[in-house]
Parts: sequence; structure tokens; C-alpha cells
Amino acid sequence: MSDSVQTRAGREGKKGDLAVRLTGKDAGGIEISIESSVGHMFSRQIEKTARETLNSLGIENCEIAIDDMGAFDYVIMARIEAAARRLRKIDGPGCLPGRKVDYGPPRRERLRRTRLYMPGNNPDLMRNGGLYGADSVILDLEDSVSPGEKDAARILVRNTLLSIDYFDCERIVRINPLSTEYGADDLEMVVPHGVDTILVPKCESAEDVKTVDKIITGLEKKHSLGYEILIMPLIETAKGILNAYETGSASDRVVALCFGAEDFTADIGAERTKEGTESFAARSMLVLGAKAAGVQVIDTVFSDVQDEEGLIENTKEAMALGFEGKGVIHPAQIAPIHAVFSPAPERIEYAKKVVAAIEKARSEGSGVATIGSKMIDAPIETRARKILRLAEALGLLEEENKELNAKTGGGS
Amino acid sequence: MVPNALGRLIPEEIDGKKLKPFMGAHAGHGGGRKAAPPIRAVPDYAKKLRASLDETIDACGIKDGMTISFHHHLRNGDYVVNMVVDKLAERGLKDLTLVPSALFPIHEPLIGHIENGVISHIEGSMNGPVGRACSLGKISKACILRSHGGRYRAIQDGDIQIDVAFIAAPAADHFGNCNGHSGPSACGVMGYALADSLYADKTVVLTDNLQPFPVFPWVIRGGNVDHVCTVEKIGDPELIISGTTRITRSPTRQLIAEYAARFVRDIGMLDEPDFSFQSGAGGISLAFLKYLGDIMREKGVVARFARGGSNRYLVDMLEEGLIEYILDGQCFDLAGVRSLRENPRHLETDPFTSYCYHTKGNFAPMVKVGILGATEIDIDFNVNVNTHTDGWLLHGIGGFTDVTDSQITMITAPLLRGRLPVITDSVTTVTAPGEVIDVLVTERGIAVNPAREDILARLKGSDLPVRTIGELRDMAVSLSGVPEKPEYEDRVVALIEWRDGTVIDTVRQLKVQA
Repeated sequence: MSDSVQTRAGREGKKGDLAVRLTGKDAGGIEISIESSVGHMFSRQIEKTARETLNSLGIENCEIAIDDMGAFDYVIMARIEAAARRLRKIDGPGCLPGRKVDYGPPRRERLRRTRLYMPGNNPDLMRNGGLYGADSVILDLEDSVSPGEKDAARILVRNTLLSIDYFDCERIVRINPLSTEYGADDLEMVVPHGVDTILVPKCESAEDVKTVDKIITGLEKKHSLGYEILIMPLIETAKGILNAYETGSASDRVVALCFGAEDFTADIGAERTKEGTESFAARSMLVLGAKAAGVQVIDTVFSDVQDEEGLIENTKEAMALGFEGKGVIHPAQIAPIHAVFSPAPERIEYAKKVVAAIEKARSEGSGVATIGSKMIDAPIETRARKILRLAEALGLLEEENKELNAKTGGGS
Repeated sequence: MVPNALGRLIPEEIDGKKLKPFMGAHAGHGGGRKAAPPIRAVPDYAKKLRASLDETIDACGIKDGMTISFHHHLRNGDYVVNMVVDKLAERGLKDLTLVPSALFPIHEPLIGHIENGVISHIEGSMNGPVGRACSLGKISKACILRSHGGRYRAIQDGDIQIDVAFIAAPAADHFGNCNGHSGPSACGVMGYALADSLYADKTVVLTDNLQPFPVFPWVIRGGNVDHVCTVEKIGDPELIISGTTRITRSPTRQLIAEYAARFVRDIGMLDEPDFSFQSGAGGISLAFLKYLGDIMREKGVVARFARGGSNRYLVDMLEEGLIEYILDGQCFDLAGVRSLRENPRHLETDPFTSYCYHTKGNFAPMVKVGILGATEIDIDFNVNVNTHTDGWLLHGIGGFTDVTDSQITMITAPLLRGRLPVITDSVTTVTAPGEVIDVLVTERGIAVNPAREDILARLKGSDLPVRTIGELRDMAVSLSGVPEKPEYEDRVVALIEWRDGTVIDTVRQLKVQA
């Protein structure tokens, strides 16, 4: 290694981040210089972290300059590792922070009303993503990360998964498409370290899902994970829409199909409008494909963060089409979307009446239940039970109603 | 050094003055008699107008070692403190004591006067550079930090004897009546200057907006004023008052504000009659007003009063009818100034009719909930608003300790500011004791002081994330690590005074690495 080899990583002057400059040496040990906004209080700890990270990466001789803006240890480790990997090939898994939270295996069945996107190269934004009540968080390695930072972002996302408590949120990572040079490396970096679900962008066919499935299966075996990671294909082309059913059925790992409006409108050569007329047919077809495949279906993001009324209208329309959730680009969008997807009290009341009438009819040995003069047939019962399950999941049911639902909800 | 009731070591005496160690939040009960200014007959009582600042200073007879005071309603736009002290320095005066209600970054030129011995002592809030100079040990005597109410107490009780009070007045007449409602340097409320005008040996009004007699309302009364002098400008309007205060855009801070508002709802406070509150002008406090307003509207609740710091969000609530009265201590933006001037339900207060512990006018215990910020809080709920975790003295007390007499005192703060945890095992400096702090609201949970079992009981059934303060501390520290403690010299550079005049903590000179 020559003295002149120098690499950089991180983001200079950004809150919660740091810039690392690493110069390879042939001898002389590790020389560290640290500038930090919290230097008085943390410089010793920063130095210790830096030394341990370099040691575990097998770098014995170097000069390292750290310009820190209050980054946490797992971020410091990620940035040093990124600089080191840019300096030379690193064998082994890298320098992993100890896992802070044990979440248990990914859960297939769960509400996915809101999935909060967070840029995967921004530690400050990712840190608090679990606090805002979104059903899922998406740590994004694709569109929000520039090509030159893909390598650094995936290390940071891995360290974030190991270090940050996302509570009950589903932890999703959006990888880069496997057709790019990044996709496979993304999977290798994040799959073993606490991700629930892989969001696969630009999915166009069953083949795309199967390729991801195969790599994940290999990684699960290699790392003896003992649980199955889930897949969420993102459909954002005309071809993808036409193949939705096959894509949704391509693997048992698939839990939901998601729509991406921005790429879709570009693909069909239309302008994206607030009303979404240009994607109306596509979204309807996606709902059909997902439902036929027996998976959830989730709508695209609403891009105007300031326009809460527009968001509510847009979400109501999505719900009316059959979507079960939306992408979210700002925490302020979460509460309005949840409000739309929460069943109204009168719908809950009606659903309770339906279930009670059916129970009564069954206990009396009658095959036909009615409310007033209206006969309750199977789809009405199915819908009513679905509303009650949702209401219960949202804590909208009183205790006695929960019992009612538990008694009647499961098997029939 | 003797330990006070919190175990903090307090010198028995400093600069020749005996100190009283803190005994407990409500242990002091006053006593003695109020101080009083000298009786003065002014034969030419209608001729108070002086031709220049020099003539005014001559008329006041300022000498070495005297005590001069200022108010801070012009905040970081104030020209008067620098103008007057520059003039006193020019005249070769030395060893002055400054008693400003607060100093701001604009007052950085004072450091030169401190280094030259013009100023040897400061009793008042020091925000920013002057605080930093104090931390470095540049000010020869130990500074004293008090709350707004505490400063009034010290003046009334005779702990501070002001020789000359300089009052910057946005609107004044030649008799000395003045207020802050109008003029190019309008600042709204001017209550912090009242005690100075009542107790100083000499009171000077400096204005850039001289109006014909009488100026009314006379917040400062001509009857207490010796001299009036016009100057070109008393301040920079852009910096006195922000055009508009803004709600925080940070989702984390918004979440804290939302939790704070839901806390108020969930403990049932809004279902009781005569709701009242105080919330400051920081980003979280303003967002709190938004969430609180939403809840009040939904529940059809009207607050009897809100204690200001007024700002446009509070004014909106007043004008919408969500609040019946604003009782204002200072205006933070133009909407606050306008409302004070125009709305008869927007009332101007001073600490003698609001938040001074040694008066019959202390209404803080009537306030149902006070929302405050902090730089640190420890696991015993002691709060620090003066120093940072690295030991620098950078903030005054403001109204903090006065507000802690609210029925519920709530601290809102991010659990982590960058890498820095807000919860420590023991705060760097105690501004207020844990016994008066009831709730901490952070983005990762709410901790209730275990002494307030009543609040914990009222929170049963709430879906707020209630945790112990130890759990919150562990949550923060597991990410951040424990910050190293600053290193100090032996010298005490500032005293933190509790509301009753006892010393709750000291600030020591920082050891600065070469």
C-alpha cells in the first residue's frame, strides 16, 4: 500500500454525521486526529470507537482524520468502514455494532397503512423514524442515495438496523434493482442483520421476485437466520402492472404489492397529476392482481407534504380502490392516513350487528341471517369480520366486543 | 463551603457578602421590611429633559463603584446598554456593577469593558458571549443569576441597591411616562423595568420616540423618573422582535409538543373549570400551542387565561376565543405587540403582579400547567437551564424558577440533542430542584416525578408512553454513551440564586485546554 492512497467517507458538516479521511500507510500504527462539535465530552470515546473499528477491519497502519458533528458510535463505525472499504478490500462481515434490540422473526400479517421512507445515507433522519407511529419504516438505498454513496449507505443502513429501536414498526429496506451493480451487495449487507422485509424496486415479472428470493434464501442459510425474510415488490412500469398477479404469486415471501407513481407515469409517457387520472387504470389493475394473488396492496406516496386536505382526499380514493396503505414521505402524513384507514364508528357498529345476527342465526340452527329485511350473505359477513379485526387491531373495540370478535372471528 | 439542601457546596461568603444556602423550594418566607429609594423633592419637576447623554450622566452624578441597571425588553436588538457603558468608560469610570435583567450576544462589546476594569460585577442573566467570559473567569467578582421574579425580589428586599436605572423606552414623554407599545423600537410589554424605576436612587428614561405629555398607558410612571433624554436609536427593530415566531419543523420536536398536549388532555385538566397555562416562545412551546388549540377546539374548552411570553399563536388563540385573557410578561413577535396595544383582554404584567415569590402578587400557583425547556434534567428531576453539559455558562434563568410554582410544571426537551443526552445522573448546574419539577416529556417517552403519585394515577388509561426517568436515561445513554465531565478551576464565577434569595448552586471557572 502506498502512502498516497487516501479515501473519504461520510458527510461533512451534517448534524449527526461525520466526515472521515483515511490515508493508508505501510507502517507507524494508527494516527488519529479528531475535530468534533462535542469534542469536550466525547473525543475519548470517538477515538476509542475509531481504533476498535480499524482494528476489527484489520487496518493496522493509517492516518485517520475525523470531522464529527455529534454522530453516534454506530454512525462513526459505518463511516470508517466505508472509507476502509474504499481503501482496500475487506474480508469478513465488516465491523458490526452489537445488536441492541431483538425483534423476533418478521410478521407476515400486519397493518401496513403507512410506510415511512427515510433516506439511507442520512443518520439523523433515520434515527427517530420509529417514533412517529408509522406501521412500517423504509430505509432507502435506492432513489434517495446517489450512485457514489451506495456503498456507504448500505453500511450505514446495516448499522442502523442493528442499533436503532424501531419498536413495533416493520423494518423495510428498499434495495437497488438487481439489474444494477448494487442490488446483490445491498442484500448481502442487510439480510443477516435485522431487516423484516425487502422492498424491491422496478419489479416487472415473477422472475424479478424469484431472483431476489433465491439470493435471500442463500443468505438465510449461510447465516442460519432461522426465519424467513419477506418481500414487497414495487411495481412502477406498465409491464409490471400487466404482470402483477404473477409477481404477487411468485414467492411465498411476498406480502404486498406496492405502486410507484413517479416512475410509472414516466414509463407510460404521461404527466403525474394530483388527481392521478393517468394511473387510475393501472392502480385498479394492481389491486386486482394483488388480491388475486392473496397479498396486500399499497398505494404510492402523496408528494405535497404541506397539503393535508389533498392527502386525505387522495387516501380516501386509494382506500375506495381497494388499497390498504400508502407510502409516506413525512411523519406529518401518518396521522391523516391512519384516520382515513380507521373504520368509522357507524361501520364498526354495523359490523357488530352483522356478526351478532349471524351468530344468533347459527345458534338457532338457521342458515339465513337477516338485519331488518336485508339478508346477510357470505361477503357481507367477510367484510364485517375484516372491519372488526381492523378495529380491534386499532384498539377501537370495547372489551366485551373483543371477546365477541375472538369467539366468532377466527375459524368460520 | 457548606452543603445546601441539595448537597451542592456553597461558599459561606463571597466578595465580602454572606450567602444563604438553599433550604428547600418553599422554605423561605420573607420577613423584614422592603427597601426604599431616597425621598427627593424636585423643584423643577417639569424640566426633566436633558440635552445629551453626557448631560444626563452628569446630572446623575455617577461615580466609580456604582450600580447601574437596565431592562432587556429590546433583547438582542438593544443599543442602550452598550451606548451607556461606552459613555461611562469614556469618562474613565471603573469598578461598576451592572444589573441588567438580561444580556444578549449584541452586548459582546461589554467584554472589553470587563477586561479594562470598567465593569467588575454583573448581577443578571448572561446569554451567550458575556456568559462565556464569565465562565473564563474574566469578571472580577462572582456574578449572580436570578429569575425575573428573583431580580424583583432582590431589588425590593434590598439585596441590590441600584444607583442609576437606565430605561430604554420605545415611547416616552418629557415627564418620563413611558411604554413599549408603539414607536420604531416598539417591544410591547415593558414590565421588567418597573422595579428599577421604583427602587433606584435615580431613574433615567432614554427614548428615540419623544411624544407630547402625557404618554399613556404609563407602564413606567413619570412620577418615578428623574431624567429623560432622547437618543438617535434605542435599538434595531429587526432584532428586538422577530417578525414572526415559527413553529418547529422538526418532526421530533413536534412529537414532543403533541405528547405534551395529549398529557394535558389525558390527566383531565381540560375537564376542570378555569384552565390556564404558560408556554414559552421556543419551537416546541409554539407547536404545543397548536396541538393544545386543536384539543381545546375539539372539547369546546376555553382557557381563563394564558401567561405570556406572547406570540402570534397565543394571540390567534385569544382572538379565536380559545383564551379569555393573555397576562403578558414580554412580547416575542409583532403579533404580540399589536395585540397588547389593541386588545383589552391582552394585559401587561410585571413581576410584582405575577411571578415574584416575595410579594402578594405571585399568581404562579394559579397557573394549571407551565411548559418549560431545559438544557439538562437529572434522575432526581433537578433541572439546569444555565450551563451546558460542557460547563459553559450560556443562559439566564428567565422566568424559569418563577413558573415552577405552577400546579404542574412540565419540562419538554429532546431526549437526545445530537449526541448529547438531556438526562444526566446529576445536572451540571442546578437551576431548579426536582421537588418543583413534575413531568418530563421527550420524544421517546414521558416521565413523571415519582413524588407526584396523583399525576401518575390520573394518567392511568392514557396511551402515552409513560416510563421512568431512569428508563429514559438508559435509552439515551445506550446510544450516546456518557459524556465526559468538564474540568474546573476552584474559583466560583457565578451564583445561581433560588427565588427566595438563597443560593441553589454555583458555577465554577472552566479549565480551558491549552
